[in-house]
Amino acid sequence: MISGLIDWLTDSANWSGSDGVVARTVEHLWYSGISLFVACLIAIPLGLAIGHTGRGRFFVVNLAGAARAIPSLGLLYVMVLWLFPKLVGDSAFLVPSLIVLIVLAIPPLMAGAYAGVEGVDPAARDAAKGMGMTGGQVLAKVEVPNALPLIFSGFRSATLQVIATATLAAVAGTGGLGRFLIDGQKVRDYPQMASGALLVAVLALVVDLLLAVVQRYAVSPGLTGRGSGRPAEGGGVRRSSRRSNTPLDVEIVSSQRTVDSQHT
Amino acid sequence: MIAFDGVTKKFPDGTVAVDSLSLEAPSGKITVLVGPSGCGKTTSLRMINRMIRPTSGTITLDGKDTGRMKESELRRGIGYVIQHAGLFPHRTVLDNVSTVPRLLGMDKTETRKRSMELLERVGLDPAFAKRYPAQLSGGQQQRVGVARALAADPPVMLMDEPFSAVDPVVREQLQDQFLRLQGDLGKTIIFVTHDIDEAIKLGDQVTVLKVGGHLAQMAAPAYLLAHPVDDFVADFVGRDRGYRALSFQATPRLPLAAERTIAMGESAEGVDADWVLVVDDQNHPLGWVEPLRARGAIRTEMLHRGGTVARASGPLRGALDSALSSPSRRGVIVDDSGSLVGTVKAHEVLTAIEQADRPELADPRKPGAPAA
Ligand SMILES: Nc1ncnc2c1ncn2[C@@H]1O[C@H](COP(=O)(O)OP(=O)(O)OP(=O)(O)O)[C@@H](O)[C@H]1O
Ligand SMILES: [Mg+2]
Repeated sequence: MISGLIDWLTDSANWSGSDGVVARTVEHLWYSGISLFVACLIAIPLGLAIGHTGRGRFFVVNLAGAARAIPSLGLLYVMVLWLFPKLVGDSAFLVPSLIVLIVLAIPPLMAGAYAGVEGVDPAARDAAKGMGMTGGQVLAKVEVPNALPLIFSGFRSATLQVIATATLAAVAGTGGLGRFLIDGQKVRDYPQMASGALLVAVLALVVDLLLAVVQRYAVSPGLTGRGSGRPAEGGGVRRSSRRSNTPLDVEIVSSQRTVDSQHT
Repeated sequence: MIAFDGVTKKFPDGTVAVDSLSLEAPSGKITVLVGPSGCGKTTSLRMINRMIRPTSGTITLDGKDTGRMKESELRRGIGYVIQHAGLFPHRTVLDNVSTVPRLLGMDKTETRKRSMELLERVGLDPAFAKRYPAQLSGGQQQRVGVARALAADPPVMLMDEPFSAVDPVVREQLQDQFLRLQGDLGKTIIFVTHDIDEAIKLGDQVTVLKVGGHLAQMAAPAYLLAHPVDDFVADFVGRDRGYRALSFQATPRLPLAAERTIAMGESAEGVDADWVLVVDDQNHPLGWVEPLRARGAIRTEMLHRGGTVARASGPLRGALDSALSSPSRRGVIVDDSGSLVGTVKAHEVLTAIEQADRPELADPRKPGAPAA
């Protein structure tokens, strides 16, 4: 089994061409990227607005709970059945898959943005308002920079989930690394299936690692305790311990687990 | 000048935090709001910059109704130090201090320079500028909070228990620094505290509030100590008020006695006195020694340091304390440069106190009864 896997992965014929690993990886990243982009456009402004105004908290919490109960594959079938007759060409296969991925990515993104803003030290927010910042300035200059660690953790968890689930797109007849799983299964080519699964996992890990690096540079050292001198004991630690009690954090963590269990 | 006219704040849950409060905070002076926890100090303060909107009544700033001004503009002209510093965790100390000037679109390098100056003025080493708030102690954070509120040089400052998070020694330092700063800047300051000693020390005018947001008394500190209007104020002002009031009474000419002194390193043997004062080469008093017990040349560790030293130009409290604390019972009095001018005994200080008027009674300009 293992040797079959190695043989498959080291066979250069499997890497090139329009159905090779390279092309499939690019497709996979393309589906994931576009879904995440659209999901961010919807979820992050909404999450920020709810965190900033404090209105609509129940919405985030219920959405996060409900989303966990949606079976991705079931949703995909519903979308295909519903949309296939209405669309033409390649988009008939692609759009239903993208919608599933977007739906999947929204809850962790929104929860991260919301929890990040809501967890900002009320004294800092109060001071910002007290020195004459307008609502928008408070959001842009104080709330968002302080929410970045949680916005990032929401984004990373959404990314992992989307990359893992983009495998499903192949079921609906599109490309991506999922093809190796579907096509392999049809001809009982187990090394090909295992390679496909492995490639998805590796891709997810590599992307997550890249995001971790970006996060390191985007988030202020004042929030992570990486500044010079002694480590942060106020900001960082207090914030995270307070937040770990919220149901939303549980959501972010558990969705990461979901990812693992889906493609292993 | 900031003026409250019949200001009431009733929260939606029915709590009346401030009840028809009228008061005036004169320009260039420190007005302290003091009272027990929950008496409405913070609420009153936050109504000035409209972080809280009054239910009724008006607050005017130099005659202009604050309710008619644009909130963000009103606030940009008022420095606000909140109860727990409220620094921005994601910004360095320097960027925290520069917030308002940058908000007002002031020049970047100019702001930077000014912010560095301010940090120094509140007693922070310039090396702290690059740190983040989480890397500072509570007292350092509060200093940054004060510097941040001062950064755009607003004429009015609102300060909500700015020195509460520190131990008594550091608090005293911060208070002294603050008074020096105010001596230079002359801002119109409303200062909230629940510590009556802090109120007495810092206030040009002290406003005592009762729970329910009622004004109990508004007066100059010395007057408040001498004439509390009712039992509540008397209780709140606390014990030792007769003694503490001496802090506000200048020392009259005291009958100073010349004191026999010896220099450090000399021998006290053979001096015919129970205690003798040791001075340095500039005639600054160092401490007392007992000639009968001190053998050989006087060394630092032989000095009795229990006595305090009072300035001749300082308040009477210092002179009395100096006499009471001195092992020889002779209080050491120095001039403004710290050089010895003579000693005084407690009964002589007391005589001076008895002969002095209670000055605040003689001064009709000091605020008296509540303005409500
Ligand atoms: N948003 C609010 N809703 C209801 N009641 C409030 C609100 N804010 C304050 N209060 C109440 O108003 C009263 C005055 O509160 P305030 O914060 O002004 O007290 P304070 O004098 O500053 O006390 P402390 O010294 O403890 O800071 C208190 O009884 C408080 O419980
Ligand atoms: Mg308060």
